[in-house]
Amino acid sequence: MTRIPWLWGLLFALWLLLSNHFEPLFIFFGVATCTAAVHVSARMGIVDAQSVPIHLAGRAVRYLPWLAWEIFRSNFALARIILSPRIRVDPRIVRFRASQRTELGRFVHANSITLTPGTVTAGVAGDDFEVHAIVHGDADGTEDSPMNQRVSRLEGNAA
Amino acid sequence: MMEQVASVSAWALLVVGSFFLVTGALGMVRLPDVFTRMHAAGMTDTMGAGLVLAGLCIHSGFTPATVRLVLILAFLWFTCPVATHALARAALAGGVEPYSLPDAEGGSEPGSEGGDRGR
Repeated sequence: MTRIPWLWGLLFALWLLLSNHFEPLFIFFGVATCTAAVHVSARMGIVDAQSVPIHLAGRAVRYLPWLAWEIFRSNFALARIILSPRIRVDPRIVRFRASQRTELGRFVHANSITLTPGTVTAGVAGDDFEVHAIVHGDADGTEDSPMNQRVSRLEGNAA
Repeated sequence: MMEQVASVSAWALLVVGSFFLVTGALGMVRLPDVFTRMHAAGMTDTMGAGLVLAGLCIHSGFTPATVRLVLILAFLWFTCPVATHALARAALAGGVEPYSLPDAEGGSEPGSEGGDRGR
């Protein structure tokens, strides 16, 4: 199980970055705190693929810039709607089935939808997504959307 | 020279970020119902906060403060969608009828929200 060292390493890196003290005493506090936190987490059985999704890190490097670009684009689209003299929106609630196999994948998909202005995930039950879109064209074909495909690719074949 | 480029781009990011913050706030007022307003709030979370924090990162140079700014942004982008989702679920569970165009089929218009006139 490589997740435990990873969790410890990430926590300790966070400690160093946030404390910014490198005296032996503070390093010792950091080591002790991280060890205690990881020990408790491991005993609680919550160090798993969901809480420490390091297996996605490599593919996330490809996904995150794309997501950032989508967020960028839809922000401009929404700003145009809001700043137009006469607001005309045609919101819909769209239901579709997502193709992700893992809960983590569905979590990433649902969060990505909400993070993109103009669409909000209003409900997830199993594979069934319920998305509120401010302009219903935004959600058309959400099932076969690039986001769905990319999150599935991010998820990879090994669950 | 480098310093000027950094300073100008930092201020450009701050100004554009502020523009999105203001536009998001305007959307909160102008859009017709709770769901559409959520989208405007999302705009302030993503572009507004993102660009302002990016501007501050450049402004501060590479210091420990930069790391903290990036962490703030990361946590913000993880937590905001969860909060928005919870809000949307609560609104649906509470029986709020989403606004739709009055002339759309099956369209309903919340009485107090003022239709598509905005404000």
